[in-house]
Amino acid sequence: MGRLTSTINAVQSRAQKSLVAYIVAGDPHPDQTVDLMHTLVAEGVDIIELGVPFTDPEAEGPVIQLAHERALVHQVTLLKVLEMVTAFRLEDATTPVVLMGYLNPIEAMGYEAFAEQASLSGVDGLITVNLPPEEAGPLAIALQTKGIDPIYLLAPTTTDARAAAVCRASRGFVYYVSLKGTTGSGGLDIKAVCERVAHLKAQTSLPLFVGFGIKDGATAAPIAKVADGVVVGSAIVTLMGEFQASPQALKSAVIELVRDIRTALNASNP
Amino acid sequence: MVSKQLGTNEALTSFPDQSGHFGPYGGRFVSETLMAALDELTLSYDGLKTDPEFLAELGSDLEHYVGRASPLYLAQRLTDHAGGAKIWLKREDLNHTGAHKINNCIGQALLARHMGKPRIIAETGAGQHGVASATVAARFGLKCTVYMGSEDIQRQSLNVYRMKLLGAEVVPVTSGSRTLKDALNEAMRDWVTNVDDTHYIIGTVAGPHPYPMIVRDLQSVIGREARAQFARQHGGLPDAVMACVGGGSNAMGIFYPFLEDESVRLIGVEAAGDGIMTGRHAAPLTDGIVGVLHGNRTYLMQDQAGLISETHSVSAGLDYPGVGPEHAWLKDIERAEYVAVTDEEALGAFRQLNLLEGILPALESSHALAHAVEFAATLRKDQNIIVNLSGRGDKDIPTMAKIDGISIG
Ligand SMILES: Cc1ncc(COP(=O)(O)O)c(C=O)c1O
Repeated sequence: MGRLTSTINAVQSRAQKSLVAYIVAGDPHPDQTVDLMHTLVAEGVDIIELGVPFTDPEAEGPVIQLAHERALVHQVTLLKVLEMVTAFRLEDATTPVVLMGYLNPIEAMGYEAFAEQASLSGVDGLITVNLPPEEAGPLAIALQTKGIDPIYLLAPTTTDARAAAVCRASRGFVYYVSLKGTTGSGGLDIKAVCERVAHLKAQTSLPLFVGFGIKDGATAAPIAKVADGVVVGSAIVTLMGEFQASPQALKSAVIELVRDIRTALNASNP
Repeated sequence: MVSKQLGTNEALTSFPDQSGHFGPYGGRFVSETLMAALDELTLSYDGLKTDPEFLAELGSDLEHYVGRASPLYLAQRLTDHAGGAKIWLKREDLNHTGAHKINNCIGQALLARHMGKPRIIAETGAGQHGVASATVAARFGLKCTVYMGSEDIQRQSLNVYRMKLLGAEVVPVTSGSRTLKDALNEAMRDWVTNVDDTHYIIGTVAGPHPYPMIVRDLQSVIGREARAQFARQHGGLPDAVMACVGGGSNAMGIFYPFLEDESVRLIGVEAAGDGIMTGRHAAPLTDGIVGVLHGNRTYLMQDQAGLISETHSVSAGLDYPGVGPEHAWLKDIERAEYVAVTDEEALGAFRQLNLLEGILPALESSHALAHAVEFAATLRKDQNIIVNLSGRGDKDIPTMAKIDGISIG
């Protein structure tokens, strides 16, 4: 069993819900990323989702687009991201790290080389935003050879037939994109999301996590009632932009936000 | 036939395969939210492409609204100047809105109507596809939003105003390099958000399946006409067919009906910008690496880490780091050849066509013209080249005037 599955199981056995925090590697500055990862874990984040900067992040809203641009100013390539994971692992051997990014940097490195290096760095899972399972065969094989979980997305537009195939291809967990839109979009219809999540959960034994549009404790708690975990991204990344000039202020703001969400999650699942 | 070189019995014209691949290229690399919309589009198009009523509607608009067939014109003075093969121009510049882009837009607007989508969106670089999209939106009573890089908005202000006159909303894109590729990203983001009521009209033979196929099919009216016109006006087949390649739609449109004509050389002309050696260019087939961007696998301008490079061309319509996947495949199987022409050479051809033929070509098309003149000189006088004159150059007059240091306020 991989680190991802054992962590999710452990959270479940405590009758809690997993909290996944997304940040872009190298944002606002490469020197801060590993420290921010440790901070997130210290405040109760169960899984780190680390965005791999890309020049053309076509599924991201403005907040995360800017994060990619801030990181790219410092030439944070996929190789650098893997070095950050290696550095993180020096002090944390238990928290799962999932990379989230776009296919091209992985193609450029080569699937086998990527799987090899990612596994050596201590990466546990991979979400490739623009890679549906239909096109993912060769990469999935390379990943699984090295014990890295390929995680695929479900969307509000996904048909039941596709959902079954997506769940079959996924390892670790399945990620439900809760709204039609880019990351950071507002106006989450919580009732509709909960209905859809309940429907999807009936079709898979994999843990189902929900992301896009969860920005605080108030949005996280009701969704965590039906899902196995929630992903918070743009809300954290907004702080990176806001406090880019002051690492200390940034850390405090991140702590405050994550505490709010962790507390709400725990309170709604006593 | 040509297909034998492939070691298969499949005709070259039978691609893409069911899942949208041209050999290793193409496919569908998009976020999950769009998969259903792409399935819906594939299904609708499969039904409509042989539907007599749809084809009659399309044919009627191409004739009465776009003004097809566009002429095939023997450019005698240009031919004399080049001193070799005869140069024939396929006059897409004479279409309504001034370029080949409208062929695709008419077809896709009809598709949008059949799918019950009241809103269309488009990306644009030079503004030609934006203008064509805004035009068909007006023609069919659809709402239209056009995404355009803020850099390009500066370069192509005439077309921006024209789109607004046509009732379209033009949204400046300020992310990334602020050019065509970023406009495409932003259009994808809009589509993900408004997929229920919106059809995305991609302006070239790129994007996820089924776009490269749909746009090629709609543009192949250029090649079908040219092939028949040449047979009638001259007899037989031309020796070469040539077109500029940005995303590759005007080139695919004229190449496709000649794919199985083994004797016809197909030559695509990319933008070499300041020169291939300088790295400041937009020629992924000439000097690119295979990768995945904007929904398909193809040749791309990128660095070693897989980040997409900024491109350069004097013509905004060729200033794109990718190229349609069918071109990538035609290059690999050596059915088509690709060369690149610098800004300077294209500017020379632009001036030359004005002076020798009284025709104002688009800067994009001027790339194909520049190579045609050079290539014609290497052929015999009884040989023939057809050049796709993909658009007219009115939109480029401000750029040219600036280069010439003339103020035309
Ligand atoms: C006149 C003209 N030719 C060519 C192009 C390049 O596009 P494509 O390669 O898809 O034909 C453009 C794009 O804007 C154009 O306006």
